[in-house]
Amino acid sequence: MRKLLQPVLAVAFGLALGLGVTRLAGENPWHVLQILWKSAFGSRYDFGMTLFYSTPLIFTGLAVAVPFQAGLFNIGAEGQLTLGALATAAVGAVWPGLPWPLAPALAILAAVTAGTVWGAIPGWLRAKRGSHEVINTIMLNFIAAGLASYVTLYLLKNPDTQNPETRPIGAGYLISQFGIFGGAPVSVALPLAILAAVLVWIFLWRTVIGFEMRAVGQNESAARAAGINTGRMTIIALAVGGGLAGLVGVGEVLGNAGKFRLGFSPEYGFIGIAVALLGRNQPAGVVAAALLFGALHKGTADLDFETEHVTRELSLVLQALIILSVSADGLWSWMKKRSAA
Amino acid sequence: MSWDLLASTLRVSTPLIFAALGGMFSERSGVINIALEGLMLLGAFAAAVGTLVTHSPWLGSAFGMAAGVLLAAVYALFVIRLRANQIVAGTAINMLAMGLTPFICKILYDVTGSTPSIPLHERFHSVPLYLCWALVAACVLWMRYTPTGLWVSFAGEHPEALDAAGIRVNRVRWMAVLVSGALAGMGGASLSIFLSSSFSRDMTAGRGFMALAALIFGKWKPLPTALACLLFGFADAVQIRLQGVAVWGGHPIPVEFIQILPYLVTILVLAGFVGRSHPPKASGTVFEKG
Repeated sequence: MRKLLQPVLAVAFGLALGLGVTRLAGENPWHVLQILWKSAFGSRYDFGMTLFYSTPLIFTGLAVAVPFQAGLFNIGAEGQLTLGALATAAVGAVWPGLPWPLAPALAILAAVTAGTVWGAIPGWLRAKRGSHEVINTIMLNFIAAGLASYVTLYLLKNPDTQNPETRPIGAGYLISQFGIFGGAPVSVALPLAILAAVLVWIFLWRTVIGFEMRAVGQNESAARAAGINTGRMTIIALAVGGGLAGLVGVGEVLGNAGKFRLGFSPEYGFIGIAVALLGRNQPAGVVAAALLFGALHKGTADLDFETEHVTRELSLVLQALIILSVSADGLWSWMKKRSAA
Repeated sequence: MSWDLLASTLRVSTPLIFAALGGMFSERSGVINIALEGLMLLGAFAAAVGTLVTHSPWLGSAFGMAAGVLLAAVYALFVIRLRANQIVAGTAINMLAMGLTPFICKILYDVTGSTPSIPLHERFHSVPLYLCWALVAACVLWMRYTPTGLWVSFAGEHPEALDAAGIRVNRVRWMAVLVSGALAGMGGASLSIFLSSSFSRDMTAGRGFMALAALIFGKWKPLPTALACLLFGFADAVQIRLQGVAVWGGHPIPVEFIQILPYLVTILVLAGFVGRSHPPKASGTVFEKG
């Protein structure tokens, strides 16, 4: 019960603090909260957009959570999802004529492969060369951004527009969208994300590799003493994380844009860190936290024209405050001590 | 290769050098500083606002440094006092700065994109460039010859030994993180009131992370770190200059390849393919008195 209470309290605390900030801007926090709620859940379309933003966050949340179970920090989901989306669009742009079931299957495979490779690199570097995955994944984010911009602008440039985007993918690649959300691009990617969360749970808690991986995360030297190949687990954990992040490309490219657009991600990879943390690195928690952050992202989108002074960047402030309040271990033990005394 | 290129290399390296030196204090004391990016961004914003208000780049950069210290204090509170994970809290601080700057900008100037532009005679022309190299020299001497410099190193390498000598480890770390906030703030200031004419949204564009890479590339030592910043600055200056000009085998070299070079080199260095770089032993760990 306390496990559930702590994140809920942290979210309430972060929200309260963030809304308090809007008071400084001369707005009524209660009014701002109402706008947030209406804009995130007010209509089928609004709720659809919330789900649309939540989908990539489920993938990136899982992409951070899986390596975390092995004691590793994946700050690289942004680069992994960039290359995943790029690979998805590249397959669709290079072979536009492929027929329906084969085409999306191939594109999804490409998304997973690109993400997996980009995740395995820091895994290998950590396991074989001992260099820290945090720095390497940050560096790989920049390299992925550079590669994506090269491929988009030089190799697959869309000749019909000035926008930095690739040629459109073939019609056979598009996956279906749900009609009940008033036109919001909620596609099959959403059930795919939930399926991914279920598979991650099975993988971590019902397979030998998952068990070994968690053992490494809990006590690396004990795991090694027990005969677990810790280096191998490091590589697998980050590779799986990368593959999950790569799947962001499915919803974005096959379910929404129909091409790769440079800069399409509003930092989904970094928000994924918050999602994993708030979800306590458990698949079900990740799905719940992704919904919350998706709602925050959609909710704040209307602030620009619904209020005088508050802008949509409030979502970043709210997210930051929520992460800080979840992350402060000491805060919770201090409160516990206070209530016990 | 021309003097021109050298001059622009020195100019664009300036913010990196300030931020990387700031990062050095924090990291040498055992506190990983992913938050450099956010500290720089808030510093850049506050310096632009300060200069617009006071009409003096000196006072403006004081604003920038103060803002950096303030945000660094929040970071220190969470990672030192409240034992938050340093990577997570650092990421949150970056998000906070990315959200707060347009938020406050909107309140002050009614636009989210950028501050009004600062008149030429109220901006720095070359001061930060000299200042950062003076600071490099000062840091070399500081880390090597002063007791406080030694304390910082011990807080990161052997916190127990420092504690046994009667020095409070967490107090040293607090000071180191605050200094890193001031310097990263100055790095941001040199972006907004030295290299450009106003603050614009997300103008640090990864320079905080680049400074972090330079710090690792420079093995957490002031002079090598500053030289690494020069290398990164050079890559930056080249890519601005050689857009579509550099030719290899009859084809222009895409700018993107020059841009990713510093990051690639950092990975190779960290992996020990080009020299070796080890972080301070106790970095990232919470110190609790036994």
